[in-house]
Amino acid sequence: MQRLYGEYLMNLPTAAEKPNYKPTSSAGRSATLAFWAFVSPALIGMFIFTILPIIWGFLLSLSHAQNTIHIGHFVGLRNYTDLLTDQAFIKSLVTVVVFSLFIVPITFAVSLGLALLVNKITLGRSFFRTVFFIPSAVSYVVASLVWKVSLFNGQEFGFINHLLVSSGGHPITWIGTANPPWYWLVLVTVRIWLQVGFYMIIFLAALQEIPKSLYEAAAMDGAKEGWTMLRFVTLPQIRATSVIVLLLSLINAFQAFDEFYNIMGGGGSSAGNESLARPPLVYLYSLALTDQDFGRGTAGAFILTALIIAFTLIQRKVLGFGESDK
Amino acid sequence: MKKSILTSGFRYLLVSVLAVIFLIPFYLMVRNALMTDLQITSPHWSWLSAVPHWENFAKVFNDTAAPMGTGLLNSAFIATSTLVLQMSVCSMAGYALARIPAKGSGLVFSLILVTLMIPAAVTFVPTYAIMAMLGGVNTRWGVVAPGVFSAFTIIVFRTFYMKFPAEVEEAGRLDGLGYFGIFWHLLLPNSKGVMMALGILAFIGSWNSFLWPLVIGQDPSTWTVQVVLSTFLTAQTLNLSQLFAAALVGVAPLVLVFLVMQRYIVEGAKFTSGKE
Repeated sequence: MQRLYGEYLMNLPTAAEKPNYKPTSSAGRSATLAFWAFVSPALIGMFIFTILPIIWGFLLSLSHAQNTIHIGHFVGLRNYTDLLTDQAFIKSLVTVVVFSLFIVPITFAVSLGLALLVNKITLGRSFFRTVFFIPSAVSYVVASLVWKVSLFNGQEFGFINHLLVSSGGHPITWIGTANPPWYWLVLVTVRIWLQVGFYMIIFLAALQEIPKSLYEAAAMDGAKEGWTMLRFVTLPQIRATSVIVLLLSLINAFQAFDEFYNIMGGGGSSAGNESLARPPLVYLYSLALTDQDFGRGTAGAFILTALIIAFTLIQRKVLGFGESDK
Repeated sequence: MKKSILTSGFRYLLVSVLAVIFLIPFYLMVRNALMTDLQITSPHWSWLSAVPHWENFAKVFNDTAAPMGTGLLNSAFIATSTLVLQMSVCSMAGYALARIPAKGSGLVFSLILVTLMIPAAVTFVPTYAIMAMLGGVNTRWGVVAPGVFSAFTIIVFRTFYMKFPAEVEEAGRLDGLGYFGIFWHLLLPNSKGVMMALGILAFIGSWNSFLWPLVIGQDPSTWTVQVVLSTFLTAQTLNLSQLFAAALVGVAPLVLVFLVMQRYIVEGAKFTSGKE
């Protein structure tokens, strides 16, 4: 629910779709006038808040723009080369790749598993569906708070530590130590909890569209319940949906900010944790907003955008995006 | 037969255990919000406070250092404005793209598809730069504006209006309705379902968004609930019980919206996967 912006990528309609208007001779000028009247609020808004920032941002990324958002002092590609040789930035890219390697497969497996489970049960199905879906209403900030302060608190009063201690174990410092890096468990589980319900709903919709006759036919051919059915009937039938879930969770993971900022960041006792795991957006935030270096900040934004688009295209190529479920 | 009863028994056991695990964070939120700090940090775990400390909620609103009341008002204003404006602007554009034959229509549509490719969270730095020039920093409209013009919402509306029966439109035209009349009298009244689905998604997304409000609203008077919560979480200037009471206050409205409107939210989720 959170990161719909990243999910916009998904709804690319096929080129075959065309508006089904009939061109009539009288339509002409009044139609053109009406078209622009209806479309211009959206167009003007998109120009100001999407296209202009991209153009201006690109020029800024070529400028030395310290403490200023005005362009002028052009330095060529220096901001880009600076960033690509900046250890901290490279480390942030590595961090987000590692994070995605955890997030994408786990999200896929858990959300599909939940959908299969909820789809199979009859008693209390809508209750369980609601329980798994409701975390989607919670913000990353609130979930981070619960995870950091209560669930995975390093003290003995943290919930998981309480369970560990009462079963004879020792409390664990979840967030503050680099070795072992338990903080990954904290960062990954919070996103899994927040987003799998949403993807489960998408999978459920796809599962319900599979014709019953296919399962009957497979059963006639001797396929038994369970894995064979899943592998030869269910999975091929929800292929397009699977690709979408993989893509969306990847795009969203690359734009991770909220949970890293709130769980790893901050002053007081948690100061200094941020350097353990800092994704690109958190790094860019401190570059632009704290250091006021808008030249490098925008350059980093473009590098990350390029990376996301590249990953999306590769994944689409590999997984064959655009093939329908049918 | 015996085996299938066993399987389904196992299935219910599994789904119940998972449900309990999924509900633990909600439980912790409520538990801690109703305790004193001493109870929360006690090494002796108690599942619930014997006496619920409701006064934690009053403290949240009376604490002058934590502008939670302002945060709630700001979030309500920002999420509602985003909902109303996004639905108006994007339904109009979607209608024009689906139903009005005009030169340039294809070009506009391609442009919208291209902006769909751009991950909005990443471009927050250049958008901030433009906002600073327009004077939108530290204003509530500055928080709202970039969320209004959603390529995704335009495209869902376009797809929806393309399926609208041409005969109805034709009949309206015979009755003397122009493009605006057809949109207002025929299409809008029939768009309730899609409006609800997209509107709730817009509302929830806006209420829960964090990065952009954090960037653009640096003055406490423009802080949203999320920014207020994050400020006190990262600075740890608030005591724990108050922190959880505040979190609960920030989450409760959305959980309510979610439970009441779940049917529409499920529809909205399906749009995201292109399955309407």
